[in-house]
Amino acid sequence: MTGAQDRQSGVSLPGGGDTPAVELRGVSFAYRPGVPVLSGVSLSADPGEFVAIAGPNGGGKTTLLRLVLGLERPLVGEVRVFGRPAGSRSRDRQIGYLPQRARLGGDAPVTVREIVSAGRLAPAGVTGPLRRRDREAVDRAIGRVGLEERASAPLRTLSGGLQQRALIAKALAGEPALLVLDEPTTGVDAESQESLGVLLEELRRELGVTILYVSHEFGAVEHVVRRLVLVRGGILFDGLPGDLPGVWHDPSHRH
Amino acid sequence: MLDLEFMRLAFAAGAVVGVLAPAVGFFLVERRQALIGDGLGHVAFAGVAAGILLDVSPVLVALAFAVLGAIVVELLRSRAGAAGDQALALVFYVGIALGVVLVSSGSGLDANILQYLFGSILTVTRSDVWLVVALGIGGLATIGVLYRGLVGAVVDEEGSRVAGVPVDGLNAVVAVLAALTVALSMRVVGILLVAALMVLPVTAASRIAWSLRSTLLLSMAIGVGSVVAGLTIAYYADLAPGGTIVLVAAGAYVATVSAKR
Repeated sequence: MTGAQDRQSGVSLPGGGDTPAVELRGVSFAYRPGVPVLSGVSLSADPGEFVAIAGPNGGGKTTLLRLVLGLERPLVGEVRVFGRPAGSRSRDRQIGYLPQRARLGGDAPVTVREIVSAGRLAPAGVTGPLRRRDREAVDRAIGRVGLEERASAPLRTLSGGLQQRALIAKALAGEPALLVLDEPTTGVDAESQESLGVLLEELRRELGVTILYVSHEFGAVEHVVRRLVLVRGGILFDGLPGDLPGVWHDPSHRH
Repeated sequence: MLDLEFMRLAFAAGAVVGVLAPAVGFFLVERRQALIGDGLGHVAFAGVAAGILLDVSPVLVALAFAVLGAIVVELLRSRAGAAGDQALALVFYVGIALGVVLVSSGSGLDANILQYLFGSILTVTRSDVWLVVALGIGGLATIGVLYRGLVGAVVDEEGSRVAGVPVDGLNAVVAVLAALTVALSMRVVGILLVAALMVLPVTAASRIAWSLRSTLLLSMAIGVGSVVAGLTIAYYADLAPGGTIVLVAAGAYVATVSAKR
C-alpha cells in the first residue's frame, strides 16, 4: 500500500463519494469587531482522514473547531460537515466531541458506563431506559478503549489517561462519523499520550472515522498522524508532520 | 402522634417533598447551580404575597411566579451570555423587592406570610396535601422518564449539544421542576429553607455514593429520612418543624463527611 492510499485508507466510509468530511471555504471569524481570530481560512478533510490541528494558544485552533461543530457561525465564508452546513443536525452522521477539560458536572461520582451511556443520547433519544441495541453500542465503545474491567468504576478513581479513554468511549458511543478532540492530552502522562495516539489511529483505520485532533502540542500523535495543520490566525502550514519547517517545530516533541 | 389528623397530613406532604426536593436538587447541584432554589424561593415569595393580596391560592400563584423566574434565569444564562450567578442575582433581587412592595401594600398580610417564610407544615389541609402529592408525583415521573436525557445534559452540556441532543429543552425541564419543588416545599420547610432540602441531601449522598444513580437514590432516601425524623423530633421536643428538618439533613451531611474520613 502506498502512502497516499494508506492516508485515505481502504475502509468503506460513511457518506463516501467526493464529499469532504469537513470543509472550510474562505472563513473569517471574530468574537469582537476589529479583532479577527481567523481570517481567510480554507481547509478540507476527507472522510477517514486523521488531521492534527496545532498552533499557539490564542491562535484560533479551538475557534476553528467550534466553527466545525456549529457552536460558532463564520462572519465570512462557509463551513460544511459532510456536505451540510455546520451545526445542522443529521441522524446518520453523528459528531463525537471531547470538549477541552471536559466539564463533568459537579461532585457526584459518575461511573465509566454512566458517562459513556450519556454519549448514546442522540441516537437513543432522551426518554425511557436504553434499548438493547443502544446498550450493546455502549458496551462496544467501552471495549474499544479497553475499559471493560473498569466499566462500573467511578471515573474519578481512574488515572488521567484512563479518564480520557472513557471520554473517547463516550464520543464513540454515538457511532460518530467525525470525532473531534480539543486538547485531549491535558493532564495525561507521556506514556498514556503515546497509547492515546495509537488508539485514535486504530479507530480511524478500523471504523473509518474522520478525526480532528486539536492541541497546542502534537507529540502524542506525531508518529501516527499524516497530516498536520498549523493555525495562527490563518493556516501557516498544512502537510506531513515531517515536512514541518524546523522553526515551527514543537519543542515538546521527543524522538 | 399519628392519631392526629394534622400530623398524618404533615407526614404525607413532607414525605413527597422529602423525595422530590433532592431529586430535583441533584441536577442543580451537578450543574453547580445549588443556590438556584434560594433565588426561586425569593420569586415565590413575591408570588405568595400576590396570591394573598388577590385572594387566590398563594401556592399556585407562587408556582406561576417561580416557573416564570426559572425560565428567565435559564434564558439569561443560555442566551444573553450572562454568568449563571448574575442571572440568578437579578431574578433573586427582583423577586424579593416585588414581594416587599406587595406585602407593604396590603393590610393584615404580615402574619399570613410568615407561614410561607418559615413553613407551617402542621397547618396543611387535606387539599394542600392532594396538590403536593399530585404535582410531586408528576415531577418525579418526569425525572423518571427523562433521567438519561437530564443526566446527559448535566454531565456534558456542550458534547450533548453537538451530538444533537435537545439540551435547551432539557434545561428548561430542570428549571420548571426546580420552580415546582420550591412552590411545593414552601409549606413544609418554608421559603427561607427550601433550597437546603434540595442541596444538603445531595451533597451528603455524593460523598458516600459510587455512581450517579446511587447518588440520586441515596439523596432521595436521606431527604425523606430527614423529613420524617425532623417532624418526629419537632413533635416531641416542640420545635419548629421546618428548621428541625433542615438541621437533621445538615446532620446527615456532617455524618457522611466524618464517615468518609
